[in-house]
Amino acid sequence: MSKPKHPRTPQVPGRTPRGVVLATLAVGVGLPLVLFAAILVLSPVTKPAMLGLFLQRALGALGVPVEPASWSPTLQYLLYGVSVLILAFVLINFGAIISGMTVWWEMRVSSRMQSRVGYNRVGAGGFFQWVADAVKLLLKEDLVPAEADQLLFKAAPYFVLTGFALTFVALPFGESLIAADINVGIFYLISVTALVVVGILLAGWSSNSKWALFGGMRSAAQVVSYEIPAGVAIFIPVLMAGSLSMQEIIRQQGAWPWQWFAFTNPAALVAFVVFFISQLAEGNRTPFDLPEAESELVAGYLSEYSSFRFALYFLVEFGNLWVMAAVATTLFLGGWQVPFVSQEAYAAARGPAGALPGAAWWGLQILSMAVFALKTLAVLNFIVWIRWTLPRIRVDQMMNLCWKYLVPIAFAAFIFTLGWQIAVTRLPGLGAATGVTLFAGFLVMAVFFLRLTFRNLSAVGDHVDLTNW
Amino acid sequence: MEKLILRRVDRNNEEMVLNFGPQHPSTHGVINFIVETDGEVLKKAIPDVGYLHRSIEKIGEAVGYPGFMPYTDRVDYVAAMFANEGYATAVEKLLKVQPPPRAQWLRAISCELVRIASHLISVGTMAMDIGAFTPMLHGIRERETINDLIEELCGARLTYNYHRIGGVAYDMPERWRDKVLHFLDHFDRFLEEFDRLISFNEIYVRRLANVAVITREQAIAYGLSGPNLRGSGVDFDVRRDFPYGAYPEFKFAVPVGHGFKGCSGDCFDRYYLRCLEMGESSKIVRQALNSMPDGEFMAKVPRNIKPEAGEAISRVESARGEMAYYVVSDGTNKAYRVRVRTGSFMAMGVIEDVSPGLMIGDLVALIASLDVVAPEIDR
Amino acid sequence: MTTVEIHERLKARFGDDVGPLSEAKIDPWTVVKKERLVEVCRFLRSEPDLAFDLLEDLTALDWPKRNAIEVVYHLLSYGKLHTFKLKVEADRARPVVPSLDPVWKAANWLEREVYDLFGVEFTGHPDLRRILLPDDWQGHPLRKDYQEAGGWHGISNVRENPLVELKRLDDAKKPPAAPAAAPAAPAAPPAPTAKA
Repeated sequence: MSKPKHPRTPQVPGRTPRGVVLATLAVGVGLPLVLFAAILVLSPVTKPAMLGLFLQRALGALGVPVEPASWSPTLQYLLYGVSVLILAFVLINFGAIISGMTVWWEMRVSSRMQSRVGYNRVGAGGFFQWVADAVKLLLKEDLVPAEADQLLFKAAPYFVLTGFALTFVALPFGESLIAADINVGIFYLISVTALVVVGILLAGWSSNSKWALFGGMRSAAQVVSYEIPAGVAIFIPVLMAGSLSMQEIIRQQGAWPWQWFAFTNPAALVAFVVFFISQLAEGNRTPFDLPEAESELVAGYLSEYSSFRFALYFLVEFGNLWVMAAVATTLFLGGWQVPFVSQEAYAAARGPAGALPGAAWWGLQILSMAVFALKTLAVLNFIVWIRWTLPRIRVDQMMNLCWKYLVPIAFAAFIFTLGWQIAVTRLPGLGAATGVTLFAGFLVMAVFFLRLTFRNLSAVGDHVDLTNW
Repeated sequence: MEKLILRRVDRNNEEMVLNFGPQHPSTHGVINFIVETDGEVLKKAIPDVGYLHRSIEKIGEAVGYPGFMPYTDRVDYVAAMFANEGYATAVEKLLKVQPPPRAQWLRAISCELVRIASHLISVGTMAMDIGAFTPMLHGIRERETINDLIEELCGARLTYNYHRIGGVAYDMPERWRDKVLHFLDHFDRFLEEFDRLISFNEIYVRRLANVAVITREQAIAYGLSGPNLRGSGVDFDVRRDFPYGAYPEFKFAVPVGHGFKGCSGDCFDRYYLRCLEMGESSKIVRQALNSMPDGEFMAKVPRNIKPEAGEAISRVESARGEMAYYVVSDGTNKAYRVRVRTGSFMAMGVIEDVSPGLMIGDLVALIASLDVVAPEIDR
Repeated sequence: MTTVEIHERLKARFGDDVGPLSEAKIDPWTVVKKERLVEVCRFLRSEPDLAFDLLEDLTALDWPKRNAIEVVYHLLSYGKLHTFKLKVEADRARPVVPSLDPVWKAANWLEREVYDLFGVEFTGHPDLRRILLPDDWQGHPLRKDYQEAGGWHGISNVRENPLVELKRLDDAKKPPAAPAAAPAAPAAPPAPTAKA
């Protein structure tokens, strides 16, 4: 059936033009690849051990001979400082871009769940919408309410941004791809994310608006409360790994699902659930988005913000999804461990310490980064699903949940793990057996869940259509 | 000048006094609440209405009887058919004119379809106020189909102006019946999906069960009606107890709240009743379509409507409660007084007495469960 | 029970304070003396056969010719499924009627609305203030002799005819007409009027 051409309305093209699709794919695939590649190269290289070798090789290829052994300590420190700054820049950009893409993904997923078309104008599949939104927010009028506390109002977003940006330092992107393998990695992460509370509380208070104050208070109560079960739940993988370092925790896990911490210890599975819920609460995600409860408080602590300051909050909120998912993956889901690749393989591919690693090592790093990214994105997707399915809980119910349920459960899991660790040393096969059993149980539940989903779909006369993109 | 309402709250002690509204993202319209809170717990929530007052009753005295019909749509624009029907019935009582059977059937069908549409908005926005965004959009999607059906029937999607004094404006289009039946087949399955999605979700039930309980005595004393009244356990429905139009011919159940998940009279009862009522409306539409009589759809009514002097009241079971039209005629072609009694107006009166001790989230749940719309309150 | 029977019961109990049932002008009513209003309503509510537990509607009618304002009460019984209509007459110059808030809580808001739009004062009402209109509104709009004040706090409610307003704005934007444009000018005015 041909569409009648109405003379006055412009003919809207039914399909996205080829150029737009190509541009979208280029940016959508290319930009993350560039960022990941930058992290891939820069993270190991900016360590003092490798920096000299790398510069020697790179500048040597350009024809400039350098002798790193002859550098004075000052020069070494200077080069190290510069390289670290570049890495920091890349990481912050990564955080921002990932936040934008998370916005796009979340809006896409939510529109599908809600039977809507969703973003489809700016770029194929609406991919550049977040860029357009960011530009729009930057161009808006920057309103600071006259009655608001000027300094605190302007400073608050930066606390939040700092708390967010600092976490990227300790995220393990791959086997050797971590900006700083702090030996108290996870402890550092938890403490640094607490800066976000300060920012939110400042925002609510300094806005000089009662509703913003409500939002700020609620959020402060929420985040501070949920730090406790999150912290206790983190003890369990720390105990199981014997270290606070992120890389060490991952190294103690295996690559296959039945070797992940989440499955090798029943208490760890419980702790994973507790940790996940607590992270949702700390990130102000539904069902814990009371601080921004739209229907009650408009935007809660954000009500008075506009333009770039508002953009900063949103950047942090969506970027936090990545951080949350990354930490959960690291602690419970095996991190970057690649199946069939053992620890010795990495060491073997590394080669002698005095030379740059060969292509095999870089290939392994790429593999491990891919595994990490995929796992994190899967958890991120799950967080997005939860937001658009569940309603919001009330303030007192939220506090009840935290203090009366999650904290005791987390402590119980912790005590159990103390005993479990002793048992594991006595009975060598216990961990593996539990892993296989729990993972099998998880698979069975997943199958049931899928069956139920498909049954519900057909009960309403619907069907899955993956071409409906 | 200080608003008199502020003299009812004590502003010198430690509690915060806030404005909850008049612009807030719930779609209940422009209503303001002066809320006195101690942290999250309310001491008092006093409604402050009148932001949408459009003097519809005064206009009724100026435009003449047929001319007032479009204004009735605006009394409750979410479920406008009921207002049309109420007004038409009142003037027909004054004129002593009976609409023909086909017109009464068409009125019933259009009203029940609009009841479904209105309840979809009600339960959807209630879910959205509680924080679940998805059910609202699913409800809107279904409502779009109903809007399309009604648009085929009478040309408008929101303010229908479909009923006339003496009948209805247009007859059923061709094949409309099949489209409606096709939609209802889909809709009955949709209701089950909706229940699976949100109605019995644990978080949702915890937010609504045993919250803001309105006892039976309170409900009757404050004049609540419709799902608000039935949610508190009073078994009264104007369609069944004071039958009008084609309703005596249809078999339908009237769901009454007995404490589905909490106690009778809580927010969950009022919410779930609306879900059940949608199913009942679907049954009524099916019965009506299957038993549709032939004939005229409009009675012979003079062009210049001049009823004899007198007064008439008509009541219809609107989506939001009992809507009563009280029309006073003095023998001329303009009404002497048109009075609209709406369910939402009465529902606002109960908020002040139920609100002490609620939390802010509960206040949102209460307002949403009473299904108030600002145009009905303020007219 | 039918309206006639209800009226008989009322008459039997209250005698002359309850007026005769009006002619069956579609919906008949009876006029009650306002001093006994609260008692009559309590009786209607509490008597087991009558059981009027719902105050369905409370509104007013303005009769300037009779110099009276009638307050109209519609009652309904959930138990017995019957209805009844009462009226009370008040002097138009200063209408005062007892409040039914002690009998039915629904009267609270309904009487506030009648106070707001008609100016009827309800004695014994706990919180008689305007409900739909702002607190400092002058006048009672639903009265037949209500004159609009032409605005409120500087917000005008009159507006010039949009066609006149747009033409005035267009003329203000155009530069002053040059003499060379004069021959064209006579051609322009007839066209709009021809279209109009």
